[in-house]
Formats: sequence, C-alpha cells, structure tokens
Amino acid sequence: MADTPQPELVTITLNGVDTEVRKGQLLIDAAEQAGTYIPRFCYQNRLKPVGLCRMCLVEVEGPRGTALVPSCTQPCTEGLVVDSENAVVHKAQEGVLEFLLLNHPLDCPVCDKGGECPLQDHTVAYGPGESRFVEEKRHYEKPIEISDLVLLDRERCILCARCTRFCDEISGDSLIEFVDRGNGTQILTFFDEPFASYFSGNTVQICPVGALTAKPYRFRARPWDLEAIESISMVDSVGSKVSVQTSQNQVLRINGVDSDTTNHGWLSDKDRFTLQAIHSEDRLRVPLVRKDGELVEASWGEALELVAERLGSVRGDEVAGLGAARSTNEEAYTFAKFLRSVVVTPHMDAQLDDALSDEFLAATLNRAEINDLETAGTILVWAGDLKEELPVLYLRVRRAATILGATLIVIHPRRTGLSDVADHVFTYRPGEGADTLRRLKAGDGPFAEARQALDSGPVMTIVGRTGGAEDPRLAESVAAFARTLPDAAIMPLARRANVYGALDMGVSADLLPGRVSVRDTEGRTALEDAWGPLPEGRGKHATEILQGLKSGDLKALITLGADPVGNHPQPALAGEAVESAEFVVSLDTLLNATSARADVVLPVAGFGESEGTATNLEGRVQKLNRIIPPPGQARTTWSVLDDLARRMGATLGAHDAETIMKEIASIAPAYAGIDWALLDWGEGRDGVVLPGPDGTQPLQHMPVETSVTATTGRFTLHLGRVLYDNADVVRNSPSLDVLVQPASAAFHPRDLAVLAVQPGDSVRLAGDYGTVELAVRADESLAEGTVYVQANMDNSRALGASLIVQVDAVRGEGS
Amino acid sequence: MSQPHILTRHMVANRTDSNTLASYEQSGGYSALRKGLNSMTPEQIRAEVKASNIRGRGGAGFPTGVKWGFLAPAEPRYLVVNGDESEPGTFKDRQLLERDPHQLVEGIIISAFALNCAKAFIYIRGEYPKPARRVQRAIDEARAAGYLGDNILGSGFSLDITLHLGAGAYICGEETALLNSLEGRRGEPRLKPPFPAVEGLYAKPTIVNNVETLSNVPWIVNNGGAAYAAIGPERSAGTRMFSLSGHVNNPGNYEIVMGLTWREFIYDLGGGVPDGRELKCWIPGGASAPWFTPDLLDTLVTIDDVGQNGSMLGSGAVVVMDETTNVVHAAHRLVRFFAHESCGQCTPCREGTTWLERVLWRIGHGMGRPEDIDLLLDVCDNISPGLRWPPAMTTICPLGPSATAPVNSIMTHFRPEVEAMIAANELVQGGVSIG
Ligand SMILES: Cc1cc2nc3c(=O)[nH]c(=O)nc-3n(C[C@H](O)[C@H](O)[C@H](O)COP(=O)(O)O)c2cc1C
Ligand code: SF4
Ligand code: SF4
Ligand code: FES
Repeated sequence: MADTPQPELVTITLNGVDTEVRKGQLLIDAAEQAGTYIPRFCYQNRLKPVGLCRMCLVEVEGPRGTALVPSCTQPCTEGLVVDSENAVVHKAQEGVLEFLLLNHPLDCPVCDKGGECPLQDHTVAYGPGESRFVEEKRHYEKPIEISDLVLLDRERCILCARCTRFCDEISGDSLIEFVDRGNGTQILTFFDEPFASYFSGNTVQICPVGALTAKPYRFRARPWDLEAIESISMVDSVGSKVSVQTSQNQVLRINGVDSDTTNHGWLSDKDRFTLQAIHSEDRLRVPLVRKDGELVEASWGEALELVAERLGSVRGDEVAGLGAARSTNEEAYTFAKFLRSVVVTPHMDAQLDDALSDEFLAATLNRAEINDLETAGTILVWAGDLKEELPVLYLRVRRAATILGATLIVIHPRRTGLSDVADHVFTYRPGEGADTLRRLKAGDGPFAEARQALDSGPVMTIVGRTGGAEDPRLAESVAAFARTLPDAAIMPLARRANVYGALDMGVSADLLPGRVSVRDTEGRTALEDAWGPLPEGRGKHATEILQGLKSGDLKALITLGADPVGNHPQPALAGEAVESAEFVVSLDTLLNATSARADVVLPVAGFGESEGTATNLEGRVQKLNRIIPPPGQARTTWSVLDDLARRMGATLGAHDAETIMKEIASIAPAYAGIDWALLDWGEGRDGVVLPGPDGTQPLQHMPVETSVTATTGRFTLHLGRVLYDNADVVRNSPSLDVLVQPASAAFHPRDLAVLAVQPGDSVRLAGDYGTVELAVRADESLAEGTVYVQANMDNSRALGASLIVQVDAVRGEGS
Repeated sequence: MSQPHILTRHMVANRTDSNTLASYEQSGGYSALRKGLNSMTPEQIRAEVKASNIRGRGGAGFPTGVKWGFLAPAEPRYLVVNGDESEPGTFKDRQLLERDPHQLVEGIIISAFALNCAKAFIYIRGEYPKPARRVQRAIDEARAAGYLGDNILGSGFSLDITLHLGAGAYICGEETALLNSLEGRRGEPRLKPPFPAVEGLYAKPTIVNNVETLSNVPWIVNNGGAAYAAIGPERSAGTRMFSLSGHVNNPGNYEIVMGLTWREFIYDLGGGVPDGRELKCWIPGGASAPWFTPDLLDTLVTIDDVGQNGSMLGSGAVVVMDETTNVVHAAHRLVRFFAHESCGQCTPCREGTTWLERVLWRIGHGMGRPEDIDLLLDVCDNISPGLRWPPAMTTICPLGPSATAPVNSIMTHFRPEVEAMIAANELVQGGVSIG
C-alpha cells in the first residue's frame, strides 16, 4: 500500500483558542477533534457535505465582517477565526431547531427513532423550550411503503438529503428524490419504480429522524432496551463491521459500523436483514437421528455415540469432511484437526469447487487489501458481478471509480452493477475468456485504451469466477497477467463469509493450518509435533469426495454448515453421493438439501451465538462476538467436535474458543501473534491483515497462465449469481424471501430470433449435469451464443454448471 | 423630463417591427459586432466594458467588468444569459427580449468573443412565450446572416446560442439554480464558493449576466466605455430600465439616467398617484427590497444612495403604494410569493417563509395576537440575523432573507397600523395588486 503523505497543518482560532488542524479539513470535523461538538443533521462523514439543514452554522470572520457559515462545508485555512458558541450562533441554532420542529409530528412515543434521535437530542441540548407555532402542521399520508423493506413517513422527514445522497453517491441506485418545492418539498420515489435497492437499509440507518423505517425492525424495540455488541457480518467475505443489537435474547437489528478498512459503515440489505434467519422457526434446536427413514429427536448422548460408532467403524481415509466456510476460524480449526488427527483422513474441502483453487485464495502473492482501492490508478475487475456477489466491495470499487477517479475496467459475460461507472466495459461469451485475455494483453482493437490504462499504476485487480460454469484456470491466468502490471495488487475472490479463514485453518485437501502446503515436509513435521501423525498424501477435493462416495471408495461424510446437494455445480452427482454414502452427519443451524438426507443432524450455534474470529477476502482477521445463547440445545461447533473426539478415544483440547485461538497462533505460521485481546482492545480493532504480527506465510502462490482452450458449442452458459438466491439465510428471512425472483434464460435478441422464441416463451436447457425448463428473457448485453441463467434458484439448480448447453424451444400445443 | 435612449433607442425609433433583423440592421445593428470582431481583441473589449463601469442589472449590481475578470482559464467556458425575470413587479427584460432581441444577440456574440466562449445559453422564463419566440427567431436570423455559427464575419471566432425555457420557478433566476436547471437538475441554488466564474455550468467556468446587462454591450463597443461611464453618477453609470407599477398614473418601463430624485421619478415621470391620493410607501427595487416612505422622496435614485438608506435598486422594479393600501395584506402577498417560490433546500427559508406567511394571513384575517408582531420579527431574525442591511443570512441564498424585507418594513414604518389591526381583529379588505 502507498504511504500516506504527512498532512499539512494550519492554525485556526476556535472560540478564542489557537488550534492546529489539517489544512482543508472540514471545520465541523476539526472542531470535533479539538473537543468542540457542533450540532448537525445533514452532515454525514461519508457523504459529500451539502450545507442544507443549517444546524451547524458558526460565525467566521471575513474581510467584510463576520458571517454565519455552515461548518460542514467550511474548509480550514490558515488564520481562520471561528466562533461556535456566541449568542448569534446560539440564536441561529435555536432558530433552526425551532424551524425543524414546526412541522415535525412529535410522535416520538411511537417512533422507532425515539431515544436515539438527533432531533430529540439536539432539541434538549440546543433547542427552544416551547413552541411558538400555533398554525396547523403539514400533513401527509402516514408511512408509505417505498419498497418491500422500507417505509417513509414524510411528516417526520427533515429533508436533510442524507438518504438521497447515499443513493446518488454511494450505491448508485438513484431511486428516491426530492419532489416539489418550498414547504411542500418531500422525499419520494419515481412514479412507477419502488425503492428497490440492495442497499436501502443504509438510508434507514443514516436517516437522522424516524422518517425512514425498515419493516423488519419497525415497532420491535425501543433503543434504550437494546443491548449491542460489535461483530462482523457473516453474510459474505468482505468482513463488514456490524453492531448486533438484541433485546431479550432476540437479535432485532444489525447496523453497519464505520470501519475505515472495510465497509465505511455501509451494509447490504442481505447483511442487515438476514438476522431474521437467526430466529427462524426452522432453526435446529435438538439433535436428530434417522430412525425408520425419519429424522427424529434424540439426546446429545445418543446422537454423538451413534456418530462416534459409525465413524469408528470405517477406515479414517474412508471419511471426508465438507464445509466450515461459514464457521469461525476457531470452529474451522477444530474441524480440520478433528478430521486430520482424530478421524485421520486427508479428504476435506471448505469449498464446493465453485470458486478458485485453495492455494490461489489463501496464498497469492501481491495480495490486495480493500483499501488499495483508495490509491489505485487503475482497477481491473474480472470476476462475478460484485453488486450481486459482494455488494459492499461493489460500493468500495464504485467509490474508487466515481469519487476517487480511478480508471475502472470491467470484464464479465454481461453488463454488471459496475458497468455504468466503468471506463471500459468488455463482455464476452463464456468459454472465450482466454481469447479475451489474449486480446486485452495485446491491446487488440477495442482493448487498446484499456491496455494503456493498465500501465498507469497502482493497478488493483479483482479476479474471480465470473460464473459457475467458467473454468477456474482463467482467473489464475488473469492474475498471472495482473502480476506483471505496475504496483500490482491482486484480490482473488470467493464469497462465503469465512472461506478464507477455513482454508487458512487447513480445511483443505492442499493446505495445512497457517498457509502451509501439505507437500511442505518441514511444515508437516512441525504440525505432527503438535497433532500427532497425519494422514499420508494429498486429499480429495469436493468433487472427488462426491465421486468417491458415489463409487463406494469413501463411506462417510461430515458436513459443517455446507450443502453440497444444494450448491455443488453437479447437483445430480451430489445427490447420488449422499444417497450412496453409508453414513452422513451434518452440523448445521438449519436443515438443507444435504442435512435433510443425513443420518444424524447436530444443531450448532450460529451468528451472534458464538465467539471467535473470521478472516476476510483481504486476509484480515477480525473478531466476532456473541450476544445471545444458541437456541434450544444447540451447542458451539468446537464443543461438539471436542465431545465427539473424546467419545472416539481421542482428545482435541478444545476447552474454549479463546484457547483454540492461542493454539492456532502457536501452530499456524501465518497466525502467529494473533490473539483476541489484540483484536478486541489492541491495535487490531479494525482487524489484522495476515501474516499476523509475528507470523510468516510459508506458501507463496504464484498464479500461472494456463492455456484454456476455447470450448465450442452452439450455446455456452453464464451461470451468474444474484444477491437474493436460494441461500438458507435468505429463504429463512421472510423480508428477503419475497424478493427472490425465479431464474430465467436470457439471450441476446438475435439469438431469440434464431431460436424463434419470444420473451415469456419457454426453452429447455440441457447440459452435462442436468436439464431445466426456463422462461426466456432478452438481454442485449450478452454476446451472441450465450445463455445467462441465475444460479442457485429453485428452478435453475438442477441444470448444474455445464459450460455447453443444448437449447431447445418448448412449443406449446397448437404452435 | 427627457431621458436619453440607449437600450430603447431602436424600439423607440421603430415601433412596428423592431424585433426583425432587417429593421435592426437598418438602424445600424451589428455594426458593433463588426467593429468588435474585426478590429478589436478580446482584451480590448473587456477593457472597454470595465471602463464603462456598468454594474449588473440582474439585481446584485456587481460590476460586470470585474466579474468578467474572474473567469477561470479552463476550457470550455460558457456564457449564460439570465432572462428568468420573475420577481413581482419586474418586466423590463421582457420588453428588451420582445422588442429588441437582436440587440441582445449582438451583445451576447460580442461578449462571448470577449470571454472566449464557444457556447452561450439564454434562459428565459417559461411564462414568456412571445419573447422566447422572438429571441429564437433573432438567433435563427443572425445565424442565417452569418453573425452566428462558424467563423463569424471571417474572424475565426465561432459561437452557438441555445435558448432554454424555464418551467415556472422564480428561484431559477438565482444564477446557480439557473445553472442546475440548465443541466436538467432541480432548480436549487448551489453553495458558493465555488462561484460560477470558476465552476459553473457543467462545472466549467461560466459567466452569468442579465439580459439588460448584455444588451448594453453593443452601445459600449460602438461608443467606448468612457462614453458610457460619463452618463449618470460615477458609481451608477449608464441608463437603466425601471419597471414602474402599482398606484401610479403612468405605469410602465422607463429607461432613465440614474441620479434623479424619487420625487422626480414617481411624480414627474410616473405622473404621481391617481386621484390625488397620498403616497404611502414604495418598493424601490423589487419584492426583495425594503420599502421606502415619503420622507425619502428627495433622495437620489442611485445604487449607492438607495443602499445607504437601507434598501436596493435590485431588479429595477418600483412598486408604488398609496394611502388605501393595507400594509399587512401587501406584505402578506409578497411573503406568500417567497414562500411559494422557496426551493425548500434549507431549513430557515423552507419553514420560516411559510410561517411568516401564515402569521401575516392570520393578522390580515382578524385572527392576530399582540405577540405576533414580536414573533414575526424574531422569525425574520432567525432567517436574517440582526435584520441589518445588507442582510445577513442563515440560508443558502438570498431568497429566504428577501421574505423578511416586507415584514421588517411594515413593522419599522407602520407598526401602529399593524397593532391597531390586531386590536380591532377584523378582516380588512384591500391591498395593492402585485405578483
Ligand atoms: C432569488 C433570486 C432570484 C434572481 N432572479 C434573477 C432574475 O430573474 N434575473 C436576473 O437577471 N438575475 C436574477 N438574480 C440575480 C442572479 O443571481 C445574478 O446575480 C445575475 O443574473 C447576474 O447578472 P448581472 O451581473 O448581469 O446582474 C436573482 C437572484 C436571486 C437571489
Ligand atoms: S427521509 Fe430521513 S434521511 Fe431522507 S431526507 Fe428525510 S430526514 Fe433526511
Ligand atoms: S434560501 Fe430558500 S430558495 Fe434559497 S436555497 Fe434556501 S430554501 Fe432554497
Ligand atoms: S450539518 Fe451543516 S448544514 Fe447541515
């Protein structure tokens, strides 16, 4: 990362006291740092200041006497003389508050914001005692639904434009606007478009009054009854900082916390509203054991004895483990240790062969941090649609392109959320990625300007699988090229919340804890000193595991928060594997397509219910905190595995999560020096990027270019992700579940003509792994010969991720 | 009293078709353009305009030559002509647009040459369809005659003018709101700085000038800045258009040399108050200006004299009110206008102007309370602290403070009358028609 230059200082006189501040810093911030808080409504530190509400007026001396200026728009210059406390300023502030309250309904007793409302607080601190307004207040229809998630009460609105600025500047979803003027000014959506934004909850969070409220939280709690704890969102791998807020052991609200390194305070609505899944009626509360074909409730003792017995009755290397990508590091470590040292098997995978290779994700050279976006000259995104897959990362890239002026190049099989703000957008047909890369490298034809931009560094490259059917070696080839660019920083992408952590913990066929290769004999010996003898050889990856189960080479499967039947690119294979397995045990929070077929299901603690750490897509370790107990008899994953080990005659030594982290730090080289105290209280409050303070990274992955041969066929498949898909957390969050749209098959209009189908007609798609029938849609952004299908939907899952698909129109009777 | 005709010389000489190119050229039209483009440099023209001492006719009275000097060097740069003229009582630009559009077009071309702008915009209020039609026709005629377009008169200078119509908002006359409106955004004033001369239309350096201001440029180029500066008092140079309305015998537009007295203006030129009634007060420069009372009849009509007496010549709208005027109703009408026209961005203006309007309405309708007078003044103080002149503001633009002028004026000059009204508490009819 580039060094930040020393800021130039200037001296201002604030209320008679000379104060050194950063040159150009906004007065409102400089004053606050100097201990003088200036009241405000419209100012929000992550949005451009607009000076609308006039609450922050101060008196500034100028060449023509003093003037009242908003401190939120006043930059600090040498010799600036400011009075923020004299009678004129106080009168102006009191006046503004009185004006704001004229038409405010004062329905505080029934307002969600009551108790945490800047308008209430400022009125107590700076406001007039009594109202002098005897006229009738402004009236609007009480809250109107502006989207499926957000309600707007225009009577409470103070027109600070925080919500509209967020949408214009940060998310780019400009769906709400000021309408009308003067005393009739109001916030509204456009006539025919709801406020359907993946980021709508942020407007609710930053609204300084109760004008915007979120359906999932409305009338659920009073702020003073809430307990809160800081944690990390476990919805995706960005590692966004959140505040988890509960009352009576119910998580009622998740708000973003402003972290300079990750989310800047913003969250996606998926981060924010999947809290409903925590308290889903379908949460697993007691162990389940299959009897006469049915899963029935059992005691922990009975269930664990059964698992111990069944796992003990097969050879260790006939057992495989899948999952841990949504567990904490401490849980993932215990899982890896259990599999390698108690079961003694090398077969395990935190992924489902649906992203990039383990070594690429865990150990890439020149690995980027999110904040490299702040200094990047050029950004190359050749990955999934970030808005759909990693929405908060999308916000950070969008900021770099629109506010910081980086040149943005986006390459993907169709238009993405970033296309509108990108300088160069290229689309290509899946299967032709290698050719596209070759042309980009050569600066061929339309690629000339983009190629030139890649010479102005620093160049940050975000690389991932653009779709489920794409060859993962393409992304490695892109990274190999990206490494040659000036001041290169590379971010290889995977989505699941702690997939990077699980790989670092060694839940991998290729990796041992701490970014050590299984082929690294020195590292292996060191680990054997701690864990005892390890299984020989390289283990099987997810697909190989499923094939092994199907063929009978493998006998038993343990899943930890994973659903291969629902999520593996070859759904039929996964189904057959689970059917053929002699024994399947699932540790999970909800029943899914896999655990519903398991022999034993063990309920474990989920988000907010267990303490630990997680490692995000930068390799940043952050602390997750516990604020509620798990439901029913559910237990933490590590304690379940520890118990199981004991019943199998071994010991894991997992007494509590903090001790597990101490063990990780002593065993996993990249994690040396990491401990909870550092993350909770020390310099690591914004996380620590690995290798930790005392750590090293034995494995250095060097991406290599592999020639991926172009695949031919009439149609190739772009299996792209959308934010609201069939994920368990979405399906168990009623507020988001209604937003899930069925999958469709999109084609370029010319392909529609060739196929002689029209939007709304059906086509049958047949690939190597399955067949589905979908309604047809037109999408001009696709290359001809592409069919785009939304991945992981009820009606698309059976197709699987086969690059080549056969497309046939389904003709109704009589046509 | 005879007054020289500069701006109106052509329309006075030619009462039927002064808007056409033929008539304009016949009386020497576009000779300044030839002179400017063929024999002067942009610097020379700017120097003449500066020497003329002309001050902006849009309201603020800022010296035009000085403003032009602030234009930042970045390219492209724009010239924007403000023809939004929407202040109650103001109708001078209308006459210039309708009766002598070529004079404006010529002024724009010369100014754009002087400022090195390749693109100019004229923004005319939407309620002026006829003036807009005539301006468009003038632009078309000028283009056909080679005065507009590429390589004008062989000078190598090229210019295009685009006419844009407003959509019914007074605030779009404020220069930065106008620029937002031109860009297709909400008509809301921007924070200053940056000023348009540095960051204006599409964030590029932009000069915004009033229709009347630029209509003077051909005369200045033909006759020299010094000749213009010699007309009238030093700091109120040149002639100026005034729109006289209200209780006068001869309402209408007047082109006058500043420096005469108000008595001469209202009585000699305007013919005095009808039916021998007494003059009660007048607004010297548009709805935003504090009111004058007859004790000031013998002060001078100059920018500085009016300023020293706590008001302004503003947009040149003089509204006369006689003894029959109910001042509460009159103030209410004006405040209602500002409340209606507030863009609603900033709190004190959005909330305060409507509050003032509703209290004045109550008093005017027999529902006043004694404490309303202090309340009104204090609300005004919260919009324009200290109620001083020139006004201080808690707002983004001067529209909010403008609404305090009528309120403060009636309380300063007619407080006993307001008190009596509140004491009687009955609905009083009557009021001057404006707006
Ligand atoms: C509320 C408000 C309304 C205004 N309306 C007009 C207008 O209608 N026409 C105009 O020329 N200037 C108007 N102005 C003044 C302009 O902001 C600007 O000062 C002027 O156009 C500059 O031209 P000038 O320097 O030639 O006077 C208005 C200003 C304010 C604050
Ligand atoms: S809805 Fe809230 S955030 Fe939006 S303008 Fe109104 S008060 Fe501000
Ligand atoms: S003073 Fe009034 S018109 Fe001017 S910006 Fe504020 S609200 Fe808009
Ligand atoms: S906080 Fe500065 S004007 Fe609103």
